[in-house]
Amino acid sequence: MRQDLTHIQQWIKPGSRVLDLACGDGEFLARLQAERDVKGIGLEIDAGSISAGIARGLNIIEQNLDRGLDNFRDDSFDTVVMAHALQAVRYPHLVLDEMLRIGRECIVTFPNFGQWRCRLYLGSRGRMPVSKFMPYTWYDTPNIHFCTVRDFESLCQERAIRILQRDMVGPANNGGVLAKAWPNLFATTAIYHISR
Amino acid sequence: MYSADTKDSVGLVTPQRAEFPEGLTLACGRRLPKFELVYETYGELNADASNAVLVCHALSGHHHAAGYHNETDRKPGWWESCIGPGKAIDTNHFFVVSLNNLGGCHGSTGPLSVDPDSGEEYGPDFPPLRARDWVHSQAMLADRLGIPSWAAVIGGSLGGMQAMRWALEYPDRVRHCVVIAAALKLSAQNIAFNEIARQAITSDPAFHGGRYRQHQAVPRDGLAIARMVGHITYLSDDAMADRFGRDLRSGNLALGSDEGVEFQVQSYLRHQGSTFSESFDANTYILMTRALDYFDLAREYGDDPVAAFAEASASFLVMSFSTDWRFSPSRSREIVDALLAAGKSVSYAEIQADQGHDAFLLPIPRYVEVFSAYMQRVRGA
Repeated sequence: MRQDLTHIQQWIKPGSRVLDLACGDGEFLARLQAERDVKGIGLEIDAGSISAGIARGLNIIEQNLDRGLDNFRDDSFDTVVMAHALQAVRYPHLVLDEMLRIGRECIVTFPNFGQWRCRLYLGSRGRMPVSKFMPYTWYDTPNIHFCTVRDFESLCQERAIRILQRDMVGPANNGGVLAKAWPNLFATTAIYHISR
Repeated sequence: MYSADTKDSVGLVTPQRAEFPEGLTLACGRRLPKFELVYETYGELNADASNAVLVCHALSGHHHAAGYHNETDRKPGWWESCIGPGKAIDTNHFFVVSLNNLGGCHGSTGPLSVDPDSGEEYGPDFPPLRARDWVHSQAMLADRLGIPSWAAVIGGSLGGMQAMRWALEYPDRVRHCVVIAAALKLSAQNIAFNEIARQAITSDPAFHGGRYRQHQAVPRDGLAIARMVGHITYLSDDAMADRFGRDLRSGNLALGSDEGVEFQVQSYLRHQGSTFSESFDANTYILMTRALDYFDLAREYGDDPVAAFAEASASFLVMSFSTDWRFSPSRSREIVDALLAAGKSVSYAEIQADQGHDAFLLPIPRYVEVFSAYMQRVRGA
């Protein structure tokens, strides 16, 4: 499982209700259901992933986050999770608002575009970074709203979003020490536990 | 065409009949002193009767959902695409029950049956029915077959609406509910189309106020028009364009020609209409369309579908089709939203398909994939 998901798991209380936005094939929800006995629902738009999630025995709803989440009631989930999708939605700030309305707590993870490799790539080559981790070219990428750790925290401040905890994932080879010390420069993935 | 070698069909099947001399009190308050249901089964019921699946048919459907009645049958049952060995409803695992609804004209008690009180055919005097009457009669059939609870109740269109009613009327007898191309209730537009169909039938001079059989008449023209209207609403604009376009069956539109012209779509519709008028009873069609119009899942729950679904304990799979305008995806999303708000277990897929409402009868790959994936879960549970 992706490293950010392993980190998130500890923040989810056993037996709680979890809404997973852009849940993919449901690997994370399945693990939460098996290990933490959560009652989970996943939203997804990719046809293959939806079938895979349903085949795992999960509750998967085909729903596009860009069309809103107004079918979910206020405070109807303990935790709303969105892993690696913030950068792919049309209005990230509005999705965050909706997540915080629906869930008492939220967990968001995103790739940190301020990481030194991105800066170096853009700075030295003058072109949008393409890597194994972010393999798309600028014109066909689903990732339309890249941000940095600092960008995200400033958005939280503007919208009075409370950051309960944060965790940073760095490249596998340095144990994440640098990522935790200087996240905006060294974290590849940022993980935030937030609430209203 | 039937072939003994076909491995993915249930093969030859024989309809069965169950008599219920105890009768049934209907939602309208009237009582059927006795009734019969004709049904088919596919697959084997297991020892603890935990693998039974009920298939509910749509407006003009019947008990013959899969397989063939004899070697010379040209066409299999109406849901051959989804029922059979290795199919979404896998008869290697499930015991499938499919019946002709009460009020039908394919063998179950309906307008063509004799009213024991009068000794005459019911005809137009057959009591009005609600979906819950079907559900209650199906529960009696389940008792008869030794099925305490269904692994799944499954239906498309009107059949999906029955499946939801099952989940509310008998929450402890339905473990999974599969609702395909259905709605919580009909829209004004849906009712309007049904009314055109009924008007076509009742205004046919051969209808005789529903007593056409006493006059040795059949309101064929009315039934055919009713079917044509219905059929158009089951297809999408694109599906009709693909299939017929503006192709001509005869004549030509060249200037200087006064030859009569017939479009392919005209000929197709007339064929559909006339075939239907030979095989379907007019009073049943009126009865069934009314039951569809009157259906409103939440009426008895303060018009609140969330309160209605609070009664259910089944898990749900809801599916819709992108070009279905008769029961559009937004109608299915209303079902899903109510289930979510009621805190129920639900999955939903909106299938891209060009075929309109009829898509639920067709082997569309993604539809079959999602359906099969969910039925794996039903098996596992």
